[in-house]
Amino acid sequence: MRHLLETKNLARADALEILDVAEDMADTQQREVKKLPTLRGKTVVNLFFEDSTRTRISFEAAAKRLSADVLNFSAKGSSVSKGESLQDTAQTLQAMGADAVVIRHGASGAPRTLATSGWITAGVVNAGDGTHEHPTQALLDAFTIRKRTYGADSRGRDLTGVKVTIVGDILHSRVARSNVWLLNTLGAQVTLVAPPTLVPQDVSAWPVRVLFDLDDAIADEPDALMMLRIQLERMNAAYFPTEREYSRRWGLDARRLAALTADSMVMHPGPMNRGLEISAEAADSTRSTVLDQVTNGVSVRMAVLYLLLAGERGERNHDERGDAR
Amino acid sequence: MSARTVLHAADIARALTRISHEILESNKGPDGLVLLGIPTRGVTLANRIATLIGEFSGVAVPVGALDVTMYRDDLHRHPTRSPQRTSIPAGGIDGRVVVLVDDVLFSGRSIRSALDALQDIGRPAAVRLATLIDRGHRELPIRPDFVGKNLPSASDERVNVRLAEVDGEEFVTIEGADS
Amino acid sequence: MTEVFLIRGARLEGGDAVDLLVEGGVLAEVGRSLSRTGATVIDADGLVALPGLVDLHTHLREPGYEASETVLTGSRAAAAGGFTAVFAMPNTSPVADTAGVVEQELALGETAGFVTVQPIGAVTVGQKGERLAELGAMADSRARVRVFSDDGFCVWDPLIMRRALEYVKAFDGVIAQHAQDPRLTEGAQMNEGAVSAELGLAGWPAVAEESIIARDVLLAEHVGSRLHVCHLSTAGSVDIIRWAKRRGVNVTAEVTPHHLLLTDELARGYDASFKVNPPLRREEDVRAVREGLADGTIDIVATDHAPHPAEAKACEWPAAANGMVGLESALRVVQLAMVDTGLLSWGDVARVMSRTPARIGRLTRHGTPLTAGQPASLVLYDAAPTRTFSKADLHGRSVNSPYLGRELPGEVRWTLHDGVVTVADGTLLDEPGVRT
Repeated sequence: MRHLLETKNLARADALEILDVAEDMADTQQREVKKLPTLRGKTVVNLFFEDSTRTRISFEAAAKRLSADVLNFSAKGSSVSKGESLQDTAQTLQAMGADAVVIRHGASGAPRTLATSGWITAGVVNAGDGTHEHPTQALLDAFTIRKRTYGADSRGRDLTGVKVTIVGDILHSRVARSNVWLLNTLGAQVTLVAPPTLVPQDVSAWPVRVLFDLDDAIADEPDALMMLRIQLERMNAAYFPTEREYSRRWGLDARRLAALTADSMVMHPGPMNRGLEISAEAADSTRSTVLDQVTNGVSVRMAVLYLLLAGERGERNHDERGDAR
Repeated sequence: MSARTVLHAADIARALTRISHEILESNKGPDGLVLLGIPTRGVTLANRIATLIGEFSGVAVPVGALDVTMYRDDLHRHPTRSPQRTSIPAGGIDGRVVVLVDDVLFSGRSIRSALDALQDIGRPAAVRLATLIDRGHRELPIRPDFVGKNLPSASDERVNVRLAEVDGEEFVTIEGADS
Repeated sequence: MTEVFLIRGARLEGGDAVDLLVEGGVLAEVGRSLSRTGATVIDADGLVALPGLVDLHTHLREPGYEASETVLTGSRAAAAGGFTAVFAMPNTSPVADTAGVVEQELALGETAGFVTVQPIGAVTVGQKGERLAELGAMADSRARVRVFSDDGFCVWDPLIMRRALEYVKAFDGVIAQHAQDPRLTEGAQMNEGAVSAELGLAGWPAVAEESIIARDVLLAEHVGSRLHVCHLSTAGSVDIIRWAKRRGVNVTAEVTPHHLLLTDELARGYDASFKVNPPLRREEDVRAVREGLADGTIDIVATDHAPHPAEAKACEWPAAANGMVGLESALRVVQLAMVDTGLLSWGDVARVMSRTPARIGRLTRHGTPLTAGQPASLVLYDAAPTRTFSKADLHGRSVNSPYLGRELPGEVRWTLHDGVVTVADGTLLDEPGVRT
């Protein structure tokens, strides 16, 4: 795997490989010594143009657990805020010996521009680009759903027949997009729920069902209900009238929580607006996978960094046996 | 293809029987033993040895798998490898006598990786090494404790181990580089 | 003193082969088997002769943005594309909203000497949309401005648009509207549709163009004014213009070559070479504007040549500037999209790329028939070859073309501007009229 930019073009076999390697990584995190020497000598740069402590720390933990060196670059107060271009920033980091660049950027498409521009030779991992994709989030969400559903029997399994409902600002959500493509690739059935203003104008080609009513969606007994964070700035652009109305119509409150079937899980990529899109009861219930998602995020990101950096740069080889001793 | 058969199925069975007895003898019984096979075929062999030890001693010895992919020192020279599953038996390895089981011992680097992996998992009382084939050409100071067959070989020859559970057939062959 | 040329065997607007004698800046004679001692013979066998192309929508960037283009470099790019006149949009720095700036642009064009540069005046001061600029002063100036536009921005305030439409009647002016409702397109990056939904790029909905056009044709009808619609890009816009013309509204419309060929699918991959305003639209829209150009609903082709420096395009899409250079490729793209598909004849091409734009812009010495006594502004074009478009084909200061690496038909062989050669035998001259 040379880059991980999106889940839209991630083949089923590759997605399952990432999830299964993540299982191995998760196992090592149960040991007393959680570190592996695998990426010793490799340098991973966290190139974060948008604030995000949680995702950055998760990637940092993943890289360090594999013994890679981590360099953190955040845009605030850096040369970027003084007008340095993406090209110059990336090339400076490459000149410092970056093997992989984990990039979070406010512009949709920035990771692809970085990966295809010829400015750098390092592998690129998209940690969230604008409103486009957040592939490692979708991968950790899928890992979490699989784990909760199949437990110790998860390896090699996809999500055929699992019903996942995603609720919130689909229009502006890279988490939603990445999840739609990946869940579909893994065989899950996806339903989107949002106010009509927050659904993109043309999703006719998306492999999803779109509903405007959350209660109808819950009555359909989803196996996983994924709540997305709502940004309050959207209120000022007339996407919905008030927080109160949004919360009443699309928030996961105690009543809706109780209407979920016994085995349904409640998910949230974080950070949560408690009381807005998700109530405290829902966030803290046993159904909530929020903390699992965080833990699984490290395992999944370890798997991604391993697959990107451990082998020789170039073609993937699925050969497992025939190695010289 | 000039492959020469060095062990037939019956030879393999006899070798494993002998190794199982040797393990019990050197350990003075089955207590405290943990067998860890190195995937892929090392796991198959470890399972067979555990079964044999169980027959001979009446005790079910814990058996598992130890994948060493993450600890290899030559990862960047090959296309990316998928790791195999590591499963440490309940009860762990602390204070136990761990017997690593592999099918072919060659340079010794896999075993070095295995020792590093064990170190991160726990603190065994001792680590022993059982291998079906020792073909020489060690690059590190690693020596096996239990050997099925010593097989002198040229370093460019290929040693092929086939086991019924994995390959559907059972033999060990060696073939020259020009075949 | 200009050279005397005898052009032999050119297919007049794609029709019969004729000879043309060029002397003293005019077509002295047009006929068969002409001869003239001392004339330089141009063998035009197999070449199509068209009146010099007239671009009603070009950005020359000077004054103020000379890093992207200057009047000289833009004029050269235009001549290379077979143009003999370009209308220069006023979004310069300072904005061309006074007689002084438009006269400066005129002078720069005359000094460069490759094409006739006709300045367009801004509608409002600074193109801010608040107060009318001194349109009369610009009309009376040496630049004799007749076309006014705030292009780059929409004249959004309906009252200002009404006043502007009314006011220019006094000097036979026309308002050229960049139709884009700003409130519906805040932060927009590409066409709103299935592709933008997937790519996570903010959408520029077709209705933001159509609603302004609908309003403007009704205003033009109400006050009895001429209206021109810039770079029309959607099927809905074509329908509105068709409806308005049936009602008798005095409206004209233009389409760019890129909107005749390219779709929003090209945004996949986030290559900002394809980022433009108005954005590339859907396949259905490309079909509709082609039909509209073919049936006369859309009156002309105009390039919207928009040069940008490399750093404004070699970056992430949302940070990139909007625009494509288009002067050198225009005729070739029109051939590919419209002539080779049988939708337009070469005579139609002469109409939509020369005669009608000259008429809309009230430019008298261009778009004239290729008959004796008329100005010798013409292009000789070879429609036969197919070549890959490359940076070698670009002669302006910027290289932001969406066609780099693409096969395009045709080649401009000769361009004459008032009898002066600017492109000779396929080569753009360093100085007009001077061949080594």
